Amino acid sequence: MKKHTIESWGVRVSVAAVLTLFYFFWTHNHNVSDLAVIFLLAFIVAWGFVTTQTFPRLTPKRLAYSLVYILYLFKEIIKANLDVARRVIQPRIPINPGIVEVRTRLKSPIGRMILANSITLTPGTLSVDIKGDHLFIHWIDVTDIDEQKATEKIVAGFEKYLEVIFG
Amino acid sequence: MAIRELLGSIIALIGSLFLFLGALGIVRMPDLYNRMQTGTKSTTLGTILTLLGIGIYRLEWLPQMLILIAFILATNPVSSHTLARAAHFTGIPLTRKTVADKLAEEEHRPIPVEEEEEVV
Repeated sequence: MKKHTIESWGVRVSVAAVLTLFYFFWTHNHNVSDLAVIFLLAFIVAWGFVTTQTFPRLTPKRLAYSLVYILYLFKEIIKANLDVARRVIQPRIPINPGIVEVRTRLKSPIGRMILANSITLTPGTLSVDIKGDHLFIHWIDVTDIDEQKATEKIVAGFEKYLEVIFG
Repeated sequence: MAIRELLGSIIALIGSLFLFLGALGIVRMPDLYNRMQTGTKSTTLGTILTLLGIGIYRLEWLPQMLILIAFILATNPVSSHTLARAAHFTGIPLTRKTVADKLAEEEHRPIPVEEEEEVV
């Protein structure tokens, strides 16, 4: 119980610090006493709104995987845009759309949320609905309606990283 | 100095090109779900590049632009997911080219496919 309390205070302080950093970048206000007041206000906000159960504990390995994940996500976003641009400018739009079902191994709700959002950001896929560990995905160019193979093609790349981060 | 401003302008221009392609996609795609695809993806990269270009053009704005990029990355997929989900629930039809709809099968609903022949 004691350990849990310390952890939740740590999470709240870090959320407050990030919010203060946002304020600092946004206003370029260097005044230390202003920043202290903002930090206090941010801490009140964090105290009210942050639930610590949803956040995984921060370890160096998770941090490293998160950074790699962000780079991977940016690569996928650029690929997605080139892919969509290629489709849009062709005289006959080459699409073969459908809604397929995939399964995720992730357990934590926030991990699933990030997975669904990442799928939406990547080439030709858009998450429509989620039921338990099944995701329903609109795929602009369906190559496999089989659940197993679709999972490999759409989800596997992200799951590799997210399993470590939220596992 | 001038080179940095040129670089920023070019990046912002590429971003606006992607936004244009997204708009073109919204006009050309056959149904709501495919429109959503172009709508999400092109606007994400288009907005990111435009903001980044502004940030490089005026370096003192770069932190603000990075914060905006983070918020766009977090919110853009959520809005398009919600729109697609709501559309599927209310039974907005998919295009005739659609090959599968596992979500409708799962809920034992008829697959909502457009009836009239489409002029391509």
